[in-house]
Amino acid sequence: MSSQKIAEKPKSKNLIAGATGDWEVVIGMEVHAQVASKSKLFSGSSTGFGAEPNSHVSLVDAAMPGMLPVINRECIAQAIRTGLGLKAEINLRSVFDRKNYFYPDLPQGYQISQYKQPIVGEGEIEIEVDGETLKIGVERLHLEQDAGKSLHDQHPDYSYVDLNRSGVALMEIVSRPDLRSSKQAQAYITKLRTILRYLGTSDGDMEKGNLRADVNVSVRKPGDKLGTRCEIKNVNSIRFIGQAIEYEARRQIDIIEDGGKINQETRLFDAAKGETRSMRSKEEAHDYRYFPDPDLLPLELTQNFVDELASGLPELPDEKRARFMKTFGLSGYDADVLVAERPSADYFETVAKGRDGKLAANWVINELFGRLNKEGKAIDESPVSAAQLGGIVDLISSNAISGKIAKDLFEIVWTEGGDPAEIVETRGMKQVTDTGAIEKAVDAIIAANPDKVEQAKAKPSMLGWFVGQVMKSTGGKANPAAVNEILKAKLGL
Amino acid sequence: MTDLTKLTMAEARDGLKKKSFSALELTDAFIASIEKGNSALNAFVLSTPEHARAQAKASDQRIGEGKARPLEGLPIGNKDLFCTNGIRTTACSKILGDFKPPYESTVGQNLWDAGAIMLGKLNNDEFAMGSSNETSAFGNVVSPWRRKGPDGKITTDKLVPGGSSGGSSAAVAAHLCLAATATDTGGSIRQPAALTGTVGIKPTYGRCSRWGIVAFASSLDQAGPITKTVRDSAMMLKAMASHDPKDTTSVDAPVPDYEAALSKGVKGLRVGIPKEYRVDGMSAEIQKLWDDGISWLKAAGATIHEISLPHTKYALPAYYIVAPAECSSNLARYDGMRYGLRVNGDDLIDTYENTRAAGFGKEVRRRILIGTYVLSAGYYDAYYLKAQKVRTLIKRDFDEAWNSVDVVLTPTTPSPAFAFGEKSGDPLAMYLEDIFTVTVNMAGLPGMSVPAGLSSQGTPLGLQLIGKPFDEETLFRTAQVIEDAAGRFPVPDAWWMKG
Repeated sequence: MSSQKIAEKPKSKNLIAGATGDWEVVIGMEVHAQVASKSKLFSGSSTGFGAEPNSHVSLVDAAMPGMLPVINRECIAQAIRTGLGLKAEINLRSVFDRKNYFYPDLPQGYQISQYKQPIVGEGEIEIEVDGETLKIGVERLHLEQDAGKSLHDQHPDYSYVDLNRSGVALMEIVSRPDLRSSKQAQAYITKLRTILRYLGTSDGDMEKGNLRADVNVSVRKPGDKLGTRCEIKNVNSIRFIGQAIEYEARRQIDIIEDGGKINQETRLFDAAKGETRSMRSKEEAHDYRYFPDPDLLPLELTQNFVDELASGLPELPDEKRARFMKTFGLSGYDADVLVAERPSADYFETVAKGRDGKLAANWVINELFGRLNKEGKAIDESPVSAAQLGGIVDLISSNAISGKIAKDLFEIVWTEGGDPAEIVETRGMKQVTDTGAIEKAVDAIIAANPDKVEQAKAKPSMLGWFVGQVMKSTGGKANPAAVNEILKAKLGL
Repeated sequence: MTDLTKLTMAEARDGLKKKSFSALELTDAFIASIEKGNSALNAFVLSTPEHARAQAKASDQRIGEGKARPLEGLPIGNKDLFCTNGIRTTACSKILGDFKPPYESTVGQNLWDAGAIMLGKLNNDEFAMGSSNETSAFGNVVSPWRRKGPDGKITTDKLVPGGSSGGSSAAVAAHLCLAATATDTGGSIRQPAALTGTVGIKPTYGRCSRWGIVAFASSLDQAGPITKTVRDSAMMLKAMASHDPKDTTSVDAPVPDYEAALSKGVKGLRVGIPKEYRVDGMSAEIQKLWDDGISWLKAAGATIHEISLPHTKYALPAYYIVAPAECSSNLARYDGMRYGLRVNGDDLIDTYENTRAAGFGKEVRRRILIGTYVLSAGYYDAYYLKAQKVRTLIKRDFDEAWNSVDVVLTPTTPSPAFAFGEKSGDPLAMYLEDIFTVTVNMAGLPGMSVPAGLSSQGTPLGLQLIGKPFDEETLFRTAQVIEDAAGRFPVPDAWWMKG
């Protein structure tokens, strides 16, 4: 009997305890990512964010009579790049369909989407949760138009509609129901966002609504068949995704354990209350009357076009992580932190180039990221450039300054700027490694403190006091290792 | 001076060239005939005399400077399905109200760029849905033709001009314009042309841009002209056709000089006669018309071959699934939210329902309902998908036929023009008007109707030519042979001009 037929045993740490025993939560995600492009999927209008309402609306976006969609080549390229980044199959023939429903922010009365034949087929995303690496299946990626935005709070009797978003290209990325905990779901969307940002195919900005997820949640007893799922619509932060799943799984478990049944339905997550609530049942679901859009011919791609895009892809986070570990000797944890955002990884690489990778990583992660976080700055807003931080690392490596001085130096560069080597030189911050000078200082301290010398002989940990005194008298510039060694010898410890 | 409105487009072109008259004189003649004759015919739903005179003056200047373009100074009518910049466009539906598009259709722009003059907007069936021009929100168009009664005397029965381009066919036949734009989704150019003794061509799907034409069924809609003669048709199509980057279904193929093809004759041309078009109950006069066409072509050197297009019988039912399906989606944009009619209700759904109930006529609502039904979950495979498969088979029938013939000859319609109300109560009888024409749209092929004779009632009948994709040239040269043999069929009595 093939061992592959036996379902993988659920990891106990992912199980949720209920009154009748443990439960397993099964999660699948449909992520909508706005395609990074200058113009919309089927019109030349700008996709710029934050413009005056209805200022980025062409005749096509407003669905004027006789207007026709013309596909934006760059959006197609972006979808293919994303597919390649997800190690997915690229479909050389795909079809745009109409999804029909009425709503004032949907001017055409249909959304142009891809239904049966999406541009990208099966792929996968690797995530790491609690030290465990998991491959999460991606079922498909398709392109579709975004709708406009209805504003219900502008007038007592009417709703307003802003069509700026109408027709903006979205990629819907559908996962397999492979996720088994809220943590995994969060890791999945985090990783997906990282990949999108590396590729430059979406800015993944959840605050602007440029990345949002529909989360499908069901529960079952380990080993049982899949339970009835509920879809939580449009969750727009990673934290909320976690909360929504936790709440929804518990809600479903409670219903089943109370003898109830789960109704397949669409739910909303109320972030203020931290709960999900019913939006519409399966019976109320729209019949979208999908059919191929007769205004658009099937999209036919050449393998050549796909290959060209593939050859232009940047290094992706998984590859970069592996390379950082191999080339710079970093730990998996440090590598993860550094590759999470491409600008951070690029910054690190500039600092680490030709230098001690571990030392560079230490300074980038602990000093730089710490300070940036504290001030709420992004890496590209850092007052300390990668070249400057590299200069600091150089000074440490050459023993020109101690680690402690280096922190002072970092502070100076952060607030005042300047060339680190020059600052060290002009401000006399250079470490004293001249043993003669250190000996002289040590002798002076010993001579001035005979009582302490006696105490030290009885209690060797007193050495720390002497080190402090020497450092003080040398203005912190003495090489601490040399100070220790000389003190030990002179005190006979 | 002769009545300028009676000229063909080619004759008017020659007259302008020779400076026998000016573009303004020509235009004024048509403006006068519209003023006098349109109230009886209702062919124009909007007349734009000021616009036309301004264009005419500009044309005269160009002619004077020796810079005349191919259609310089030639006044035409424009079907109200074509969006006209700043000029009311309604598709003859209440739902568009007084909509004035801020853009010009590509086909329209091509015509104005070629020097043509627009006299106004022409009536049509609402959203081009109809075969008799009875569904227009502006009321029906009356054909300039009158039929004989059983006693052989001319009656005053009001005959239909065909549809949906009934305004176009009536206006051209009644000399209210030199030529007209039209659109054809299932026969809407060819059937009205046949019923009015005019020439109509629906070119290959993709030959003319659909941009700026109010959509009915996107995969079938195609623009073309209705004209007095085959030569005029060639002139008009040459100007209308173009590859348009704004319509991705338009085809990037060179547009030949169709007029040059007219004199090529049909010697050696293989003409196919599809046996499936000999439908049950075909009238003797239609059969005779068809036989006449065969003899004329044979006499001109063509060879005649019986062919089989076995899936023909499925074309009409499949068409009445595909076209309504696309229409149900295409017309969703008329929701009262952004332009056109809005009838407010208690809430959003109420507003939608009020607006669409008040804005759409009965036939349009019928087709939206059919289309919504055939696309519904559980029915899609049985109806829409199956209809699309039929469509593939119909195309294959023709692909097969092109191995043995160069052009296909059939009647255009199963019967001559009928009177108002004779078929409007029976949608099925009305749909059967398209029986010979829909196959051509389903296969995306070019089709052309040429006047070929008169019925026993003294009203016109047309023959249809079907060609290979993008081979409109063969249609033109064959049509010229038929026209030469059959003669032209002007309306005998201009009763509508008598007030």
